[in-house]
Amino acid sequence: MLKIIVRVIRRDLLLAARQKADVLNTLFFFVVVVTMVPLGIGPEPNLLRAIAPGVVWVAALLAAILSLARLFANDYADGTLEQMLLSAEPLPLIVLGKATAHWLVTGLPLTLMSIVFGVVFDLGFQETGVLVASLLLGSPVLSLIGAVGAALTLGLRGGGVLTSLLVLPLYVPVLIFGAGAVGAAASGVSYAAYLLLLGAFLLFAVVLTPWAVSLALRISVE
Amino acid sequence: MTMNTATAPARFGLFWFSSPQTFFPLAGRMIPWFIALTVVLLAIGLWIAFFVAPTDATQGESYRIIFIHVPTAWMSMFLYVVMAFWAAVGLIFNTRLSSMMASAIAPTGALMTFLALWTGALWGRPTWGTYWVWDARLTSELILLFLYLGFLALQAAIDDKRRADKAGAVLALVGVVNIPIIYFSVQWWNTLHQGASVSLTRSPSMATTMLWGMLVMALAFWMYSIAAVLHRVRTIILEREKRADWVRELLAEGRLK
Repeated sequence: MLKIIVRVIRRDLLLAARQKADVLNTLFFFVVVVTMVPLGIGPEPNLLRAIAPGVVWVAALLAAILSLARLFANDYADGTLEQMLLSAEPLPLIVLGKATAHWLVTGLPLTLMSIVFGVVFDLGFQETGVLVASLLLGSPVLSLIGAVGAALTLGLRGGGVLTSLLVLPLYVPVLIFGAGAVGAAASGVSYAAYLLLLGAFLLFAVVLTPWAVSLALRISVE
Repeated sequence: MTMNTATAPARFGLFWFSSPQTFFPLAGRMIPWFIALTVVLLAIGLWIAFFVAPTDATQGESYRIIFIHVPTAWMSMFLYVVMAFWAAVGLIFNTRLSSMMASAIAPTGALMTFLALWTGALWGRPTWGTYWVWDARLTSELILLFLYLGFLALQAAIDDKRRADKAGAVLALVGVVNIPIIYFSVQWWNTLHQGASVSLTRSPSMATTMLWGMLVMALAFWMYSIAAVLHRVRTIILEREKRADWVRELLAEGRLK
């Protein structure tokens, strides 16, 4: 059972390693979006410090959504996806592997990059740590929920915009508790509850979304 | 696609009306009744709202928009659950009519959500001094509108109707699982970020006539929703079954009004 997950992850990572530009573009997009905010709002340090968690989280949401198109589209185009649907291995496990690989090449780099933003926006040591922790727990949820949207819009015209319309409202809880954790840490309140809830969302998503994605894939490819 | 060769299910069995062909005339007969109920209930409800219910002690006459606002808000949430229910039935039993019902409910649900937001804004201006606050209920209602619009956008983007039905069903089910989570997270977000500066539940005791007015208006909106959905589902049936023999017969006999 674990074998198929590991094999899918390795395959997708190998593919990502051969198309480095795709992976780097997502990260670059994340950096550029966050950089635009001080330019629009002004360089007032206190204001920027207050909005930094929300800005970083919203940018992470957008970057995750932009990268969703890559999740199934290439496999769909070259027929690999149909082979996966026909395979004797359980489809939810394959989906879980693909979502994990997607997170490893998008969510994880974003999380590491957010350390830099913690410094740039003059967040304290603890706040930066909480920001990283919240992204570490929350960004896999973005990949998993996003996979449902990506599977539903597979092969549709204007799929990219449509995916974001479908998926963004579902990202609301993750955004609230992700940015909320950092806000709580900044105002000296306990942030444990936020991180625990993010962890709960992660478990919830790991258990449920692969089934929804599998169903959506079978609908889209049939 | 045509089901003509298949044996018809037993008359008045569980699935008798699950065929568009048998449901189409039934819906046509039901619509006038629900329209009549809507008109009667609206008349009673508006009469209570304007002439029976007392003027509110703190809010004056402006509170009377509650008789539109609360029923539409109730219907907006209720219709999403009904839509998800029919979508699930369509997905599980592979009945086309159930999926058509889900598609027919979505626009009415979106309309109710929009009306609830709009009347809320009009109500907020005289009482809170602002059209919009980032209150938990307002925000989650707005997200509900986004969920409806996402469902409509997804179905509109897919040309293959059966795929649109099933994809919409998965989205509606994912949405219905998420709605409680979204609702509670928004509520928590609100209480922790800005404190309860605005409370919608500050009037603990509501005059019974107000409550009756609200209930009657809610029933009126319910009946309206049923009538509108039945009318829309008839249109959807005709659109999708336009090549079926029974639609052509109806057309030829001029019974399609």
